[in-house]
Amino acid sequence: MIGFLARRLLGLGLTLWLASLVVFVVLEVLPGDPALLMLGVDARPDTLAALRAQMGLDQPVPVRYLGWIGGLLSGDMGISHTYAVPVADLVRDRLAVTAPLAGLAILLSTAVALPLGVLAASRRGRVADYGVMAFSQLGVAIPNFWFGILLVLWLSIGLGWFEAGGFPGWSEGLGPALKSLILPAVTLGLTEAAILARITRAAVLDTLGEDYVRTARAKGLGAGAVMRRHVLRNALIPITTIVGLQFAFLLGGAIVVENVFFLPGLGRLLFQAISQRDLIVVKDVVMVLAALVVAVNLIVDILYAAIDPRPKGMA
Amino acid sequence: MSRFGHPGLLIGGTLTLLIAAMALLSLVWTPYPPDAIRIAARLQPPTWAHWLGTDHFGRDMLSMIMVGARNSISVGAVAVGLGMAVGVPLGLAAATLGGWTDEAVGRLTDLTFAFPAILSAILITALLGPGAVNAIVAIGILNIAVFARVTRAAALHVMARPFVRAAAALGRGPLSVTLVHVLPNVAGALVVQATISFAVAILAEAGLSYLGLGIQPPAPSWGKMLNEAQTFMAPRPTLAIFPGAAIALAVLGLNLLGDGLRDLLDPRIGKVSAKR
Amino acid sequence: MIFRPPSLAPQSLALGARLSLAVGALLLALGVPAPTGASAQARDRLVIGMHLEPPHLDPTAGAAAAIDEVTYANLFESLTRIDARGEVIPGLAESWQVSPDGLTYTFKLRANVRYHDGTGFDAADVKFALDRARGPDSVNAQKAYFAAIASVETPDPLTVIVGLSRPDGQFLFNMGSNDAAIVAPESAATNKQKPIGTGPFKFDRWVSGDRVVLARNPDFRDPTVPKLREVVFRFISDPAAQLNAMRSGDVDAFPNIGATETLPVLEADKNFVVTVGTTEGETVLALNNARKPFDDVRVRRALAFAVNRQDVIDGAMFGYGTPIGSHFAPHRAGYVDLTGMYPHDPAKARALLAEAGYPNGIDAVIKLPPPIYARRGGEIIAAQLAEVGVRLRIEPMEWAPWLEQVFKGRDFDMTIISHVEPLDIDIYNRPDYYFGYHGDRFAAVMDKLSRAIEPDARAALYGDAQRIIAEDSVNVFLFQLPKAGVHRAGLTGLWENSPVPANDVTAVSWK
Repeated sequence: MIGFLARRLLGLGLTLWLASLVVFVVLEVLPGDPALLMLGVDARPDTLAALRAQMGLDQPVPVRYLGWIGGLLSGDMGISHTYAVPVADLVRDRLAVTAPLAGLAILLSTAVALPLGVLAASRRGRVADYGVMAFSQLGVAIPNFWFGILLVLWLSIGLGWFEAGGFPGWSEGLGPALKSLILPAVTLGLTEAAILARITRAAVLDTLGEDYVRTARAKGLGAGAVMRRHVLRNALIPITTIVGLQFAFLLGGAIVVENVFFLPGLGRLLFQAISQRDLIVVKDVVMVLAALVVAVNLIVDILYAAIDPRPKGMA
Repeated sequence: MSRFGHPGLLIGGTLTLLIAAMALLSLVWTPYPPDAIRIAARLQPPTWAHWLGTDHFGRDMLSMIMVGARNSISVGAVAVGLGMAVGVPLGLAAATLGGWTDEAVGRLTDLTFAFPAILSAILITALLGPGAVNAIVAIGILNIAVFARVTRAAALHVMARPFVRAAAALGRGPLSVTLVHVLPNVAGALVVQATISFAVAILAEAGLSYLGLGIQPPAPSWGKMLNEAQTFMAPRPTLAIFPGAAIALAVLGLNLLGDGLRDLLDPRIGKVSAKR
Repeated sequence: MIFRPPSLAPQSLALGARLSLAVGALLLALGVPAPTGASAQARDRLVIGMHLEPPHLDPTAGAAAAIDEVTYANLFESLTRIDARGEVIPGLAESWQVSPDGLTYTFKLRANVRYHDGTGFDAADVKFALDRARGPDSVNAQKAYFAAIASVETPDPLTVIVGLSRPDGQFLFNMGSNDAAIVAPESAATNKQKPIGTGPFKFDRWVSGDRVVLARNPDFRDPTVPKLREVVFRFISDPAAQLNAMRSGDVDAFPNIGATETLPVLEADKNFVVTVGTTEGETVLALNNARKPFDDVRVRRALAFAVNRQDVIDGAMFGYGTPIGSHFAPHRAGYVDLTGMYPHDPAKARALLAEAGYPNGIDAVIKLPPPIYARRGGEIIAAQLAEVGVRLRIEPMEWAPWLEQVFKGRDFDMTIISHVEPLDIDIYNRPDYYFGYHGDRFAAVMDKLSRAIEPDARAALYGDAQRIIAEDSVNVFLFQLPKAGVHRAGLTGLWENSPVPANDVTAVSWK
């Protein structure tokens, strides 16, 4: 287990290091002068030069890379050019929106998809099964931005139950803040729920066909007990894996959904930073997102190893 | 299921064929030129002259949706083709050579999957500017990783089977074993994955074009039409309904087709496909 | 400066910001009733919607208009002040005298002014602020405003004497800009995040990416100002989301609405008042006069004949926008209507192109910045030009590459841009300017103008200037950008026009 963990951690570090190289190189060649953008077209050359020096843009490339990566390793994410505050503060504020959004979406989609999947599997070939599969197909096919719009139309403007978007901030209290995340989380969770329902159905069907389940049944164990004790536990393995694999898509979706509901999350910060050529923020946010994905995948791997009752050597 | 043949396959195949036929037809005929702007005729409801109405520039919606189908399919096909052309050899090499090659391919796919696809697309278009080619590159890079991973997993599965081991034991070289025995046996999984990746690519293209990063004007694209419809829905809600329905139906059709093919070809394949 | 560069994520730069459809609009189409304004809105609170979030809140260290749209007159004050009509009125200086040679300005400051942190305001603060803005380390976006200042003296705490090295007719106007805000030495370094000014509102908090909240300054020198307890600026860049926010009651006013086609929807609702005012933004199809074939006046005239201006206004602006035939705002003294000089005439355009040696037309690239007027206008113009054989490739771009390539690098054939600085026709007298025009006749007129003082004479010269650049067809002049705003019924005191970028809410109240 220790060896497995060490290997995994090493791999994680390697992936992140490669990611940092890619991100840095990409942003080095990005067209557009951030100083010009900040000061406008009337700025005088000396003013521009002063600002570039202030931003550290006059240093050689390797120095800047090492400075950036060294800062990240020691927990210093640098100062945003445009906002003039530490990037760490910005990222923390925005993560306080994006992380709960993603978490809520996973929670909602799992809560909907697991029962649906189990239901479909246990009613295989019947109306309930077809219903769940139809939901799953539609959920994957409908673009989530479209779904979000329909939700706003119906629940915000039609019924007035929710605000059309925006985020009041956690300082306004848990209730209002969570409420403003519900519609976005439902939007974000639709595709996830559709995929998960289908995976759950397949996993449960697979496990139902395994020898040990048949044995348990043959021994006279009730259907409910078989489902709980044997089927669900084993079906959780592929389900967990898929939840993990889907995490990157979920974060990507969050970037989009934040824009549908104009939530001040990491995705919106990234869009703004790119258009502002606030390169340090872009680099840091991309690395944070990549680190989140990689870390979640690692956790999934560990869970996988922990849940999997079968001997090692499969992962 | 058996009594009706395979309803999913049937529906999926029909939808896919319809969309493909529409795209092909648009090569030779559309009711109007899709980029003919007539401000005086803007925002018309569906009529006999304009079956799906006109947009805010007075362009014929049906013509735009037809050409949009072509553009969506082209972007999706090239992106998936790119993914297969690079990803399949990578996956085969990782599976058959193992060791250092396997490690490198695994690292590259991990790296790709570490970036949410939309993030890569945003960075790529920030770098190269928006456009169809860059959307293809962004979606294609993701597909390379998807196909490398799927191919590797399927190939490892096949290589564990006795006849492949026997062939290797008989002294066939790894290249010959791969091409003669492994590749044909993973082809089914790849076809299924290609269908599903195609659907994902269409959805991704719609999303990117919607964000203004994909296909550029004056070429029509479903995602872009949705984007443009957004502020004109008061006078003309159909502006957003038709392109949205086109996206959903195309994706639905391809997904149903992929699932049907999977059931036909091998019910076990599903376990290795990294869907979406 | 000709136009305000973007601050944060100009509309389509906030790439994903487009990601919402006009639900409100659809709602209307479906006949669902809009919520009434009775959402228990306290009548001393105002929520203003803005397109862009300011990068920070220090007007002396950034060109972003969004900074001004939050802070101007509300938080920060300058020596003079620009009112809703664009006139110079007293600000922190209650009066001033100008020496006959125009080189010495003596400002008399208001007494009893305090900064929000309690520190006092006097002539030393003015000297500090002006010296900082013109100093070597200055990152002021409008450093040129201060270039003529030779000395700043403070004979007593309520008097400031500014000596100029040359007369500057715009000096009092410029000193009323937000770039010339009088910041205090104690807080100048931290104004970006915690702005400390002298205005009737003080900074309360900033939910990054969403809103800035200002609260009434209870210690303001005039107890009747402001009338509001709290002003919230919310940042919503997507036009459809703006409409939704208005209709759901989340936002009380959008002084600049993103997409003009949403105005009829709002206008039809008695809960809202739509105002269409003027801006200083001349929107033009800019041509690279320094590059072939646009160095040929026949080609430029052909383009002017090929463009159907009204279709551009209808298609890109949903009909909002006043046609212009030269680079001059119709509401300004001296305006001459030249919109009839090049009526839409494709045949004439083709003939001119053939005469210039391009019987088979021209291939060119049009680079479009993010605003809707540019993106939509570009598509329409491309279709119109195609009819006369000018084949355009459309290249949409973000602000950063646009500034770098088009404005700075002058690497472009055509672009569409709104020049929003007031009375900026003199940009045609700068040969190094991005569209690369030079005309001796025009230079002569500008030279006369710089010496003319009599208003009538100036107006006549402005007329000549407009005619010359229209005859030379330097750019294809399209329309004056409107200030299209909407607010809830019952709200009074908002600016109708936009003489400077600002949301001056000091006089705003609910009826």
